[in-house]
Amino acid sequence: MSSAVTKDHAELAEIFNRDEPRVDWHDETLWWVRAKRDIAAQKLPEWELLRETASQIKNNVLSNLSEYLTQFEANAIKNGIIVHWAADAAEHNQIIHKLLSDRGIDRMVKSKSMLTEECHLNEYLIERGVDVIDSDLGERIVQLAGEPPSHIVLPCIHKKKEEIGDIFHEHLGSAKGESDPKILTETARQHLREVFLTRRSALTGVNFAVAETGEFVICTNEGNADMGAHLAEIHIASMGIEKIIPERKHLGVFLRLLTRSATGQPITTYSSHFSKPQAGKEIHIVIVDNGRSIQLGRKDFRNSLKCIRCGACMNTCPVYRKSGGHSYHTAVAGPIGSILAPNLDMKKYADLPFASTLCGSCSNVCPVKIDIHDQLYKWRQVIVQEGYSPKAKTLAMKGMAFTLSSPGLYRAAGKMGRFTFKYAPFAVNNGMNPWYKHREMPKAPEESFGEWYKKREGEKR
Amino acid sequence: MSREKILAAVKANQFTSAELPDLNVLASLTATDANLVEKYTAIASAGGSFVYEVADLEAIKTILQKEFKPGVQVISGVAGLTDYTDAASVVHELSHSFANVELTILQSNLGVAENGALWLTEEQMHIRVLPFIAQHLAIVIDKNNFVPTMAQAYEKIGDARYGYGAFISGPSKTADIEQSLVIGAHGPRSLSVFIIT
Repeated sequence: MSSAVTKDHAELAEIFNRDEPRVDWHDETLWWVRAKRDIAAQKLPEWELLRETASQIKNNVLSNLSEYLTQFEANAIKNGIIVHWAADAAEHNQIIHKLLSDRGIDRMVKSKSMLTEECHLNEYLIERGVDVIDSDLGERIVQLAGEPPSHIVLPCIHKKKEEIGDIFHEHLGSAKGESDPKILTETARQHLREVFLTRRSALTGVNFAVAETGEFVICTNEGNADMGAHLAEIHIASMGIEKIIPERKHLGVFLRLLTRSATGQPITTYSSHFSKPQAGKEIHIVIVDNGRSIQLGRKDFRNSLKCIRCGACMNTCPVYRKSGGHSYHTAVAGPIGSILAPNLDMKKYADLPFASTLCGSCSNVCPVKIDIHDQLYKWRQVIVQEGYSPKAKTLAMKGMAFTLSSPGLYRAAGKMGRFTFKYAPFAVNNGMNPWYKHREMPKAPEESFGEWYKKREGEKR
Repeated sequence: MSREKILAAVKANQFTSAELPDLNVLASLTATDANLVEKYTAIASAGGSFVYEVADLEAIKTILQKEFKPGVQVISGVAGLTDYTDAASVVHELSHSFANVELTILQSNLGVAENGALWLTEEQMHIRVLPFIAQHLAIVIDKNNFVPTMAQAYEKIGDARYGYGAFISGPSKTADIEQSLVIGAHGPRSLSVFIIT
């Protein structure tokens, strides 16, 4: 999202919540995906060992990352792949633009890469006259709608088929009012086939990069990464430094976890292993840091770099399901996005660790056992300490601390509250009170526990 | 140079070394010889593949004759299936020239029962784009070439060298529109698997 965001998660969620039937639909759809994940996981008796093993492999990766990166680079170069390094988003975008402009290429087809979303590559290239077309169906839909993806695995999960029909009618010439997913998918297939056949450059993400062999693996169901990469003269793959795994055999752990966690499928349709370029063609890899090495140094948060981008934490999150991906105003939404984003910009994303009930469901479904809800809680503390917490919340907390530290004040406040609930409920049961928005205020008791206890003691005597 | 800067920053922030876990437990837990073809067939079928058990290559030809109209472009990379354009004879052609291929037939020597995936390297594909660009894909595999899970699959692959390889587990598909499954996204609209018994 390139536009300057002034609204925080709560405000954006409020916009999403205006349409209640849509919220229910969004909630139910994602819960259904979560339920499919459970069925797939429960089919494997060794599931928990698989998660633990994956987590330990990633632990080893993070503790030897510089060595593995060097090893991966050396082996990739041996395979004939050209390796580039980008310290930040700006350098990543410059490298890719230069690769294209040096070859006189002004059109590119791209498969899913959340890293390029994080770097705002599309906007950068389009501003410089390069036409970029996203080829994943969901990404193409949101691209045509002028929106960012709202989910890392299901980019247009927030859109109804009728809306997609309207978008396709406007941009791809499908019949007006057509909303059959089969017909819409066929329309996209025809449109994108022409794109695949005419683009000289293709960009893909990377799911796993194997240090031992210098190969990298891309997982898709649609086959769009392969159609783009095999038909283009130059294939550029963007990867974050944390995508490394030590050995090829470790793919046998991660590929078993990835899609079962994501959608409940046993594996994606295609798990493509790129090792060498085709004769006469080029493969380039751009290895990107963009804040990851800083996160690696944050003891409490480094585990977030284990993430394999399955999206399970989003599907299970009660806040994500009811607030929508766009309310997180960052490329990676949901619980994992909320612990990744503050590392990039603590001020801009200070609201995100608070967009959680800390229920812990995210940590329970995470295939690499990231302690997501613990990290959300820890980020809150860091954000408050660094002075980035939301103003209203800081004031309320200070007021509360002041009241709670004085017994007299506490008793007076309690009395006042009970009086208000009893005689003037309208003073709190209104839109001015944020707590009331989605809740009824409680019925006030006649007296406080303290008052009752005192009275009882008096009666005894 | 960003390379040195990144590697130095990563090195400075790496924490104490953690050991790699042992994968043997997972491999032995999942090892089984029981009914791999049966399990593969059930899972691949659920994933949208058409699975046939056939006695020989002749039986495959008979089925393909029924399924595909005469005159459509068919490319075969399978030794012995010679009634079609031989993939080896077109390796030097531009990948784009296969845009109108109706059916590609390829060999796989490794199938995975737990997820319906078949492993093919560039050697069996002949041309990387062939299993993707065709409207339909057929893969031939011997019944003895199945393993239970990905753990055993990567044991079999070992340290083999290839320029490109892929696990293919079904027809190309998407559920991006309201989570309703549509077969035939950008790649083949169908996958037929012929298991030679």
